[in-house]
Amino acid sequence: MTLVAPPERPKRLVDHFESGLNSPICLTWELTYACNLSCVHCLSASGRRDPRELTTDECKAVIDELQRMKVFYVNIGGGEPTVRSDFWELVDYATSHDVGVKFSTNGVRITEEIAQRLAANDYVDVQISLDGATAEVNDAIRGPGSFDLAMRALDRLSTAGMTRLKLSVVCTRTNIPQLDEFKAIADRYGAQLRLTRLRPAGRGADVWNELHPTQEQQRELYQWLLAHGEDVLTGDSFFHLSALGETLPGLNLCGAGRVVCLIDPIGDVYACPFAIHEEFLAGSIRDGGFAEVWRGSELFARLRSPQSGGACTSCQFFDTCKGGCMAAKFFTGLPLDGPDPECVRGFGEELLAEGSGPRPKPSVDRSHRTSPPRPRAVPVTLQRRRPAAPPISACNADPVAEYAAQLAAGPLQTAPRASDPLADIHPPKEK
Amino acid sequence: MTDVTVSSALRLHPRVSIRPEPFGALLYHFGTRQLSFLKSPRLLAVVEAVGDAESVGDALATAGVRDEEFPIYLRALGTLRESEMLVERAA
Repeated sequence: MTLVAPPERPKRLVDHFESGLNSPICLTWELTYACNLSCVHCLSASGRRDPRELTTDECKAVIDELQRMKVFYVNIGGGEPTVRSDFWELVDYATSHDVGVKFSTNGVRITEEIAQRLAANDYVDVQISLDGATAEVNDAIRGPGSFDLAMRALDRLSTAGMTRLKLSVVCTRTNIPQLDEFKAIADRYGAQLRLTRLRPAGRGADVWNELHPTQEQQRELYQWLLAHGEDVLTGDSFFHLSALGETLPGLNLCGAGRVVCLIDPIGDVYACPFAIHEEFLAGSIRDGGFAEVWRGSELFARLRSPQSGGACTSCQFFDTCKGGCMAAKFFTGLPLDGPDPECVRGFGEELLAEGSGPRPKPSVDRSHRTSPPRPRAVPVTLQRRRPAAPPISACNADPVAEYAAQLAAGPLQTAPRASDPLADIHPPKEK
Repeated sequence: MTDVTVSSALRLHPRVSIRPEPFGALLYHFGTRQLSFLKSPRLLAVVEAVGDAESVGDALATAGVRDEEFPIYLRALGTLRESEMLVERAA
C-alpha cells in the first residue's frame, strides 16, 4: 500500500508575513512623547516628556540590537523626536551601525545647518508632517504657526539639496479637497507625497467622528490614489478601500506584530503605531531586549496565528480588505472580528449607529495639560465635491495584479522601496 | 535588461544587506532604498554563492539548482541585476 500525501498548498509570501518574520520589516520608534505642538489627532497623545524616557545609552543599545537583527531601517517619530537633545547623535549612531533612519518631524528644529547635515547623510530620509495645503486647514489641526514651520523646513531641506524628502499628510475631512494642492507642494520641493489614514488612536479618538473622511470622500480618495498610483506613498494605509474595486498597490494585510511594531519612548513595545494601548502591549525592551519581545511575546504569537474574520468572512471583498484595521476597530468600540469603522460597504457605520461597545479609554496620555490648551473640536467647513479623477482605463496596467502574479509564481519578489507600515510596494519615480 | 546567463559573473552590490527569513531572505539596498524578497532558501543560496563562484552557472550548481530550473533562476537573477542588488564583476 502506498500512502500519497495530499498536495500541499504552497505557502505564499503573504502567508509567511502573516505568520511573522525573524525581525520586523517596518519598525516605528517613537523617541519621545515631548512635542512643541498639540495636534488634535496625535496617535500617541503626545505633549509632555515621560521622565522614564530611554537614556542615550539605552537607545544606543536598542540600535545595536537592531543592527544584529538586521532591521535595515527605523521610522523614528514621537512626539517631536528632534526635541531630544541627543537626537542628532542617535541618528548618526544608527546610520553608522547599518540602521537607516527615516524620521518624521514638524520641522521645528530644521535649521539651515541641520538641513545641510541631513542632506549629506545618505542613510537618512526626512518626512515633514503637514495636514493642510493651506495654513487655515493645517493649523486648525496642527496648531497656529505649524503650517509656516513645515514650509520653512521643506524650503531649507530642499535648498540644502536633500533629495530623500517626503511630505506626510494624514487624510481628513477638511483636507481631502486639497489632494492636488498637496501634490503640488511636494513637487515644488522635490519631495514625495505620502498619504496616510486618520486613525482613532490617541487624541485621534476624540476627533475621529468629525474628522474622518465621509464615504463620498473615501471614494474620491480611492480614485485619486488609483490615478496617481506609483507616485504617491500610502504605507499600505488604505487597504480597506480596495473593496471599492481594484486593489490598491501594497500588500493589503494588517502587519501588526507580524511585520510591523512600535517601540515607545520608555521602551514599551506595541503591535503597531496605531495601537498604543495596554491591550496591544507586547512587552518592554527593558526586560531582556527587543528581540526577546519580538520573538517571545504571547500577544505577537496570537496575532501571528490564523485570525477569525467573523461576519466579514462571508463578504465578497474579505480577501482584499481582510476586515480592515485592527486599531481602528478597537478604538471605535467595534469587535476585532467585525468590519472596519470605515468599511466601504457601510457595515462599520451601521454597527456604530446601532451603538457599538464602549470606546476604550486611552491607557497612555501625555497631552499638554495647560498651554497650549488641548483642543477638542475642529471647525469643519463643508465643501462641494470636486470633480472625480478621470476613470481608470481597463487597459491600464494594474501594478497589483502583477504583484499578485509574482507572489504566486517566481522565486523572487521585488518590493520597490519599502517604507512604512508594511512597505510602500510601489516604486516612487526618481526625480 | 541585461540578460544574466550561466557564464555571467556577478556579485552582491556592496550596499546590499541580506537577512535570512523562513521563506528565503530579505534584501535591502541602502542606496536605492529598495527591498526585495527572495522567495526560496535555494535562491538565497545562489545569491550567497554568486560572488565567489567562477560563474553564475557554477553558483547555481553549488546551490543544488537542477538544470531544468536554470531558466527560472536566471530570470530571478536578471531581476536582481536590474534593480542593482547584484552587479557585474570581472569574470
